[in-house]
Amino acid sequence: MDIAFVIEKFVLVAIIFGISLLIAMYSTYAERKVAAFLQDRLGPDRAGPFGILQPLADGVKMFMKEEIVPSNSNKWLFMVGPGLAMLTACIGTAVIPWGPDMTIGDRVIPLQVTDINVGVLYIFGVVSLGVYGVMIGGWASNNKYSLLSAIRAASQNISYEIAMGLSIIALLLVTNTMSIGEIVANQHGWHWNVLYQPVGFILFMICSFAETNRAPFDLPECETELIGGYHTEYSSMKLGFYLFAEYINMFVSSAVMASLYFGGYNYPGMDWVLVQAGPVIAPLIGTAVFFAKIFAFIFFFMWVRWTIPRFRYDQLMHLGWKGLIPLAIANVVITSIVIAIIEKF
Amino acid sequence: MEPLTSKKKVLEQKPLTLSERMYLPAIAKGLTITFSHLFKKEATIRYPEVQREFSTNFRGMHSLKRDEDGRERCTACGLCALSCPAEAITMIAAERKPEEKQLYREEKYASVYEINMLRCIFCGLCEEACPKEAIYLDGPIVPADYLRKDFIYGKDKLVEQPLNNKS
Repeated sequence: MDIAFVIEKFVLVAIIFGISLLIAMYSTYAERKVAAFLQDRLGPDRAGPFGILQPLADGVKMFMKEEIVPSNSNKWLFMVGPGLAMLTACIGTAVIPWGPDMTIGDRVIPLQVTDINVGVLYIFGVVSLGVYGVMIGGWASNNKYSLLSAIRAASQNISYEIAMGLSIIALLLVTNTMSIGEIVANQHGWHWNVLYQPVGFILFMICSFAETNRAPFDLPECETELIGGYHTEYSSMKLGFYLFAEYINMFVSSAVMASLYFGGYNYPGMDWVLVQAGPVIAPLIGTAVFFAKIFAFIFFFMWVRWTIPRFRYDQLMHLGWKGLIPLAIANVVITSIVIAIIEKF
Repeated sequence: MEPLTSKKKVLEQKPLTLSERMYLPAIAKGLTITFSHLFKKEATIRYPEVQREFSTNFRGMHSLKRDEDGRERCTACGLCALSCPAEAITMIAAERKPEEKQLYREEKYASVYEINMLRCIFCGLCEEACPKEAIYLDGPIVPADYLRKDFIYGKDKLVEQPLNNKS
């Protein structure tokens, strides 16, 4: 392992970490703006031009707030909860390919921190871990509302993970690989997986909404029933971490959806651009395209949130177990049959 | 029990059809509706910078008027205080001295004239009661303040500024 490799990876990690925090920060601003525009309002416009300093003001406010730890809580777990939520939200970005390989001189730099050969499983595992932050926080608060919310989050995540896993299996049947780097590279140009797996994509997207606890599946944070949900007892920056982790989760699942189903950094006409722009600029254009796709998904998350009311809990479970899982199994079966027929002839 | 009104309506709860159970068609419909709102004009007015136009008969802060020579019109008859349903107006009358002729139009004038803006309901009855056309509710919105005593407006705030060519 040469020193240049270490530096290169370190820089990439730092950049990705910074970008995901920045995007999460501005997602809070975008959320409020999108909500406002969808409701014929203006949204925050006081801090700086068009209110673009609003996230900074919110951050300062969060830090200035009094930090309250409930006296009967489990102090250690109460502190660990938000940190864990943040950690699991951030580590998902490690296996996502942010752009095609960059060639500077004779050195090929992959714009992906690590291309492990079970990248899809890794993402899946990280997403499952995400619920631990919520569960530990809800449990340690020693508050019945928080606990109920944590239970809801856990059962919701378990229910939807099954359908999500099944939709990924159908995708793996098509791609024949578990490495996200290869999955994205195989979608060169127009051969996006969503064209081969439309049902799988819809299933995966619905499950992503449930896994990130976003509306219409935001039952763990359902104010009318649970006050604040699992972060009822949290204040100051610990609360900020929870809210922040939600937005990072949203960013990561948008990135996963864009790379698994919407071709990642691939776009039609990319070969022509590569010839025209050269091996340094063209990958950056690919990265820009990838981020455009991510932003489109983030916008979609917000758009849905401000359109659809929350599901009732029994509806959520009905939809998960009786709707999505049978559909996902049918999708796997039909995909397998079609692939077998194609390979036979 | 027989119904008390004829408006009774039997609510029929049909089981959801397949497309309704799938949620997606209805969700797509909802999404198009909210998306169309992205391009609609905002109802918000950026308040301190932009102010909504008042209607012509808006009743705001009171002002005590002067006549064309710059003299105060009020003669401290007390009809405004009497007509005030909120009892917001108090005044003390005084007799005009000969050298004050250019200050007050009538022989009697209000040396103290106070309106408690927390009591005032901006009904405009003082304006209607005034025989001298001395009080009008044609000012701006009464601003917020911190202390109750600061809402008792005296003549310093109520009397119209003298005309420029007179001063």
